[in-house]
Amino acid sequence: MTHEANNLSCAGFQALLPELIGRGEDVAAHPHILGCARCRALLADLETIAEAARQLLPVVEPPDDLWEQIESAIRNEDGCSQSK
Amino acid sequence: MVGSVAEAEDLTQEVFLQLHRKIATFRGDSAFSTWLHRLAINVVLMHLRRKGLSMISLDEAMEPVPDESPGRSFGAADLTQAGAIDRLTLEGAIAHLPAGYRLIFVLHDIEGYEHNEIASMLECSIGNSKSQLHKARLKLRDTLRTYPRLEGLR
Repeated sequence: MTHEANNLSCAGFQALLPELIGRGEDVAAHPHILGCARCRALLADLETIAEAARQLLPVVEPPDDLWEQIESAIRNEDGCSQSK
Repeated sequence: MVGSVAEAEDLTQEVFLQLHRKIATFRGDSAFSTWLHRLAINVVLMHLRRKGLSMISLDEAMEPVPDESPGRSFGAADLTQAGAIDRLTLEGAIAHLPAGYRLIFVLHDIEGYEHNEIASMLECSIGNSKSQLHKARLKLRDTLRTYPRLEGLR
């Protein structure tokens, strides 16, 4: 981290945040975060939201007859287009 | 993404129908999985548009918009406290995101796709994907901090 990074304003730091997070950097160790409670709280909230989202992936199995319905719909469509 | 198992099943069927209609147009410019995913996303967005749900188009979602500063809600809830974000509240807040933000948030934070994969699927830059994900998270943060137990979200 450079000396300049330490002197970033909150707006300047937050403008960099999508890229820093997206690159997988250790944002918590960024000099601005170490000296700014407001941005530290923002980062903590964003990490909490991302962590909570990871628990959301629902495991929903499609019903047994879904594929039959799809095959039937495709057959119907083929039938319609051939009869034209 | 659509919030209903029945709708998801209907859309699954529609995706396969579209696949059947359009498979001949696949030219191999991208991986088949990317092409299929893009087709599925378009089916979902068309469906949401027909329903008139709060949404912005994919193109709009990918447009740079002026940065919003994080909200300053005094006395806002501390999201980092254990149990501050329950599943239903988070699902409700996600459902209220504009569709473009919701799509990227679901793909990245819920389904676990990387930014480069999302960029391929949505035909946008990796930087755009990062930026839109960040804005989606900021919007969720504002919603969750202001209305941590808002019944109206459910």
